[in-house]
Amino acid sequence: MSPAPHSTHSGGPADRPGAGVSVDGWLEVRRLVPEVLGSLVRRYGHFDACEDAVQEALLAASTQWPVEGRPRSPKAWLLTVARRRLTDHLRAEESRRRREEQGAVEPATSAGPSGDDTLTLLFLCCHPSLSAPSQLALTLRAVAGLTTAEIARAFLVPEATMAQRISRAKQRIKAAGATFRLPPEPDRTERLQVVLQVLYLLFNEGYTATSGPDLLRPDLTAEAIRLARALLRLVPDDGEVAGLLALMLLTDARRPARTDADGALVSLAEQDRGSWDRDAIAEGVALVTGSLASKPVGPYQLQAAIAAVHDEAARAEDTDWPQILALYGLLERVAPSPMVTLNRAVAIAMVQGPEAGLDLVVTVDVDSHHVASVRAHLLEMQGDLDAARVAYRHAARLTTSIPERRHLLSRATHLMSLRDRSGDVRP
Amino acid sequence: MKYMLLIYGNEENWEAVPPEEFAEILRRTDALNQELFESGELVGAYGVGDQLTAKMVRVDEGVVAVTDGPYAEAKEYLGSFTIVDCESLDRALEIAAQNPASRYWGIEVRPLMHEANPDM
Repeated sequence: MSPAPHSTHSGGPADRPGAGVSVDGWLEVRRLVPEVLGSLVRRYGHFDACEDAVQEALLAASTQWPVEGRPRSPKAWLLTVARRRLTDHLRAEESRRRREEQGAVEPATSAGPSGDDTLTLLFLCCHPSLSAPSQLALTLRAVAGLTTAEIARAFLVPEATMAQRISRAKQRIKAAGATFRLPPEPDRTERLQVVLQVLYLLFNEGYTATSGPDLLRPDLTAEAIRLARALLRLVPDDGEVAGLLALMLLTDARRPARTDADGALVSLAEQDRGSWDRDAIAEGVALVTGSLASKPVGPYQLQAAIAAVHDEAARAEDTDWPQILALYGLLERVAPSPMVTLNRAVAIAMVQGPEAGLDLVVTVDVDSHHVASVRAHLLEMQGDLDAARVAYRHAARLTTSIPERRHLLSRATHLMSLRDRSGDVRP
Repeated sequence: MKYMLLIYGNEENWEAVPPEEFAEILRRTDALNQELFESGELVGAYGVGDQLTAKMVRVDEGVVAVTDGPYAEAKEYLGSFTIVDCESLDRALEIAAQNPASRYWGIEVRPLMHEANPDM
């Protein structure tokens, strides 16, 4: 049992890491975390203790550097402080163990090229024995270099809850017998899939958080993109890694247009395309085009390709829906899911008319807000405004996302006002 | 995803359980909460004060009025609630089933409105 050292830091100056150090400067410091952590674990083993030690060094830096100035080599400073904390901790553990007359010290794991450390850490933090919330939390701390307080704020839970989640995740990894080395080749593709899933979940956590105290919440979207970029540098030949990064960039490019001045969601068709981020779109399109040319095509690449078709349309009515429909057909074959079928229903409706779309929606046997909101949308297209309004309200009741609920209710209200204006008084 | 686990009841319900059995329920609830804290899933667990301690606040044209009550006519009122942050609805339901109260009064499980919606 290790009393979580980070919990003692809450509320202090360390609560705002890097205060007094510029944002860019602190990001640079956070980039060092996987390197510092990797070199400690390769030398001493004990991933869990090393990770705590690096976190403590990071917190120490955030309080000391603004006062004493930034050291000439931040990496050497972090490594020295973390090593000192670690050896203190291991010494205390050792004497405790000797008192309890238990031998067996975990041997240091084999050395590997340090460039692989970030990748090895990602695989470890996204270990399949962990739940998704634990994978996200541990990745943010051990790879992205966020503090427990920041992660807790990002997920709106108490710091003690987050500290416990991270500490339990590390215990689990240890119990699963995972070591600090890259997974053997036969498992690697499968494990990489989990890493991609975790990064995409992280991205979505950030992307859909459109309300709430944003200023205090670290930007999970930016972290996800940063980690995906790092991953692509390490695994440049994997089309799905490029696909995921492209998907993130092409989606995030629309962020400025995605909400209005009141923070309400704006649908894709109604967004001001002039405010989309052209650089991100160009980069995403180039990535996905390159990956589609030479590799077997996976679900992230296909989703990125679909996002690219949307992003390349200057106006909503210019969207190449037949192309999107074909891509959803491929996606449904590679990775079938109710969500993909629903999206294909929207595409079919745009190509062949709302009836064809509604026929496909009926085959999706799930009562989720996704189904209800697609039904509502297609009923509206069809001109059945009363049924559409009922479906929007139903969808609003089923969703647990605050911005989406607002959006769906405002659609229902809008249809109500259309009906009132047209003088139609059907009950 | 965060979920709220709600336990409703009334004096009659609570008092129908013999004191030593009630103490055992509390002991096992504490143990479950400790377990959930250690797994990093517990956001908070609270017993709610008796109906007799409830106040109602109403503001009418800027004037604040505080009254005792409401002594709701409802047959059952909120006795305690727990907020967990866990992987899925299935996990929340599993946690509810582990709570001893599920064998006495039943536990209502409601998702909490969320900032993000990962499968959107």
